[in-house]
Amino acid sequence: MANLAAVVGIGQTSYTTKREDVSIAGLVREAAVNALEDADLTWNDIDAVILGKAPDMFEGVIMPEVYLTDALGCNGKPMIRVHTAGSVGGSTALVAASHVQSGMFKRVLTVSFEKQSESNAMWALSNPQPFSTHLNAGAGGYFAPIIREYLRRSNAPYDAGIKVAVKDRLHGARNPLAHLQKPDITMQEVEESFMLWDPLRYLECCPSSDGACAMVIADEELAKKSPKPPAWIRGVAMRSEPTMYAGRNEVNPQAGRDCAADVYKQAGVSNPRKDFDCAEVYVPFSWYEPMWLENLGFAPEGEGWKLTMEGATSLDENGDIPWNCSGGVLSSNPIGASGMIRFAEVARQVRGDAGEHQVDGAKLALGHAYGGGAQFFAMWVVGSQKS
Amino acid sequence: MKEIAIVGYQQSDSRSDAGAVNEVEMIMPVLERTFAQVGINNAQDVDFVCSGSCDYMQGAAFAFVAGVDALGAVPPIKESHVEMDAAWALYESMLKIRMGHADSALIYGFGKSSPGELPIVLSQQLDPYYLAPLWVDTISLAAMQARMMLDQGLITERDMAEVVSRSRRNAMNNPHAQLSGDMSADDVLAQETYVSPLRKGDCCPVSDGASAVVIATVEKAKEWGVPYALISGISHAIETHNMGMRDITDSVSTRIAAERAGMKAGKVDVAQLYAPFSHQEIILTRALGLGDETSINPSGGVLAGNLMMASGLSNIGEVFNRIISGEAERGIAHATSGPCLQHNLVTVLEKAEKA
Repeated sequence: MANLAAVVGIGQTSYTTKREDVSIAGLVREAAVNALEDADLTWNDIDAVILGKAPDMFEGVIMPEVYLTDALGCNGKPMIRVHTAGSVGGSTALVAASHVQSGMFKRVLTVSFEKQSESNAMWALSNPQPFSTHLNAGAGGYFAPIIREYLRRSNAPYDAGIKVAVKDRLHGARNPLAHLQKPDITMQEVEESFMLWDPLRYLECCPSSDGACAMVIADEELAKKSPKPPAWIRGVAMRSEPTMYAGRNEVNPQAGRDCAADVYKQAGVSNPRKDFDCAEVYVPFSWYEPMWLENLGFAPEGEGWKLTMEGATSLDENGDIPWNCSGGVLSSNPIGASGMIRFAEVARQVRGDAGEHQVDGAKLALGHAYGGGAQFFAMWVVGSQKS
Repeated sequence: MKEIAIVGYQQSDSRSDAGAVNEVEMIMPVLERTFAQVGINNAQDVDFVCSGSCDYMQGAAFAFVAGVDALGAVPPIKESHVEMDAAWALYESMLKIRMGHADSALIYGFGKSSPGELPIVLSQQLDPYYLAPLWVDTISLAAMQARMMLDQGLITERDMAEVVSRSRRNAMNNPHAQLSGDMSADDVLAQETYVSPLRKGDCCPVSDGASAVVIATVEKAKEWGVPYALISGISHAIETHNMGMRDITDSVSTRIAAERAGMKAGKVDVAQLYAPFSHQEIILTRALGLGDETSINPSGGVLAGNLMMASGLSNIGEVFNRIISGEAERGIAHATSGPCLQHNLVTVLEKAEKA
């Protein structure tokens, strides 16, 4: 059995298009210092640092942990760099948790970041390769055909994606850290925004952000002494499947379903819609909310859009299972950090420390991240209680 | 705490240019041989898979993704990746086993360095604001380090040449080595300097290749019925990136890692040290306090073939090989990352007691 571990400190930067006031080191340090302050700790209290980010080409720095050592107070300590595509923020949190859950460390710092303004993510994702087809489409172009297939299978109304885009931006308007601040957004405004990759309109897509997120994870004994309530880690899981193979269900990937089943079992969750108080799920393009509602078992297959349309996932409509109360990836997307923000935001919820986007009395919540062509998944369940 | 053992290790040939062979074609034969060694069929027969690779070596984002396709991850597997030498992937896998979420793990690393200019590519891992714009390549940095040691009288050029000579001679027994031969220290010293004071022989070659390891709990190793060696300790530490702020003639982080890994608890029969430049082997040997009783780099080490992202893992495998063959009872494997030995990992391996 894994040792108990809990999140005892959370720190984020604000998210924005260009953080021109800080270097990459300044950005990660800002999040890390915020997490240490939240936990009432200093650098000397940290035994190891676990760093995550998406491809190195996004900033043009190879293995940036080498350069970020000093900014993260790591001299003489172990430092490890995780890279698992867009799910990396989540995977990094899981690797950090495993340092404590294995009993090998008492307290670690984990940080993930992206400073997208330093380079061009579209270029980094699209440079041609000698042995494979050149996909000059970026992430939206990759996912649009999969979303169209979801529409065909589910007969979802055309505006379910628009509804998600509005809902997550209204959530984001409650979160002062969110990149997009659109408190007055309307369905009409989203519908009239230009079509990028049919059926994805401009306002149905995530922004490109600079930002970093950090957490301090501690063992049971230290977590009990922590000044603020800990968020106990109740389940951890990751799954990968191949990008391409005959029979792959790209709309509802097996890896996502298996990962959810694994983490639910550990946390004793049998009915996710009922058992969780909220969830932070990686939704970079609006339609991924209904798709993941089904993949994660919150709705039967083909019916995820109904929850969205009913307002079940909306804080503003008093939904029973609010998703992405922080505004989600649709409101802020520093890619390498986006998964960790999901994991950190659910920890904030169960600590009762989520400010204006707090779900009243949240006790158990799901954090989710996916990456690549939706073949990599990382999830955790956190709770206000140990079991 | 659960005892963890290494049960399988395979490496490809280290080649100066693998040609049109892509990364997946480089990895697959190594994985097939590893599965055969352990007596398993594929990645479905282990509980966790973790790899190490570098996007900049492939010149593409997500170098590891194709590797997952090659694994046969249907049904989906528990899998992760570090943008580091695969020795750190083994470290992550140890955590996974110790927390009880796996009883076995497959670890692999791969690097195809030949298409680019590796020393210049690696200049882009330096501080992006102050150092990377200068394009200081890895060989020049190592040359400065060697020059400091020579100027301080810590080593002589002959000491360096003797490291190269032993590496090439040891590599004659390593069928996967890229550079091997009966080369004397005088032969090395007869070479022209390349980046002064380094001669070509003092520098590791640019290599293409991959390696893989399987680790498991001792119970699982016994169930598989294959020879195994115990991983009795593993630890790593990083130092400041600012080379002016640390003594680059020493390796403090290697010493810290060895201490935490429990190296001193017994005799060290064999040490595989990741020293891409001859003088760095001397730094490491001294930092670890290794003496004549220890056979250093019997495989030839990375001076005989440097598989980026895999040689640190290979070092662990090479020590494993010598323990299960009975040549050694206890040994250490070292991996490094960053310029001038900035980040170091030490693994201690021991012979398993008779069941």
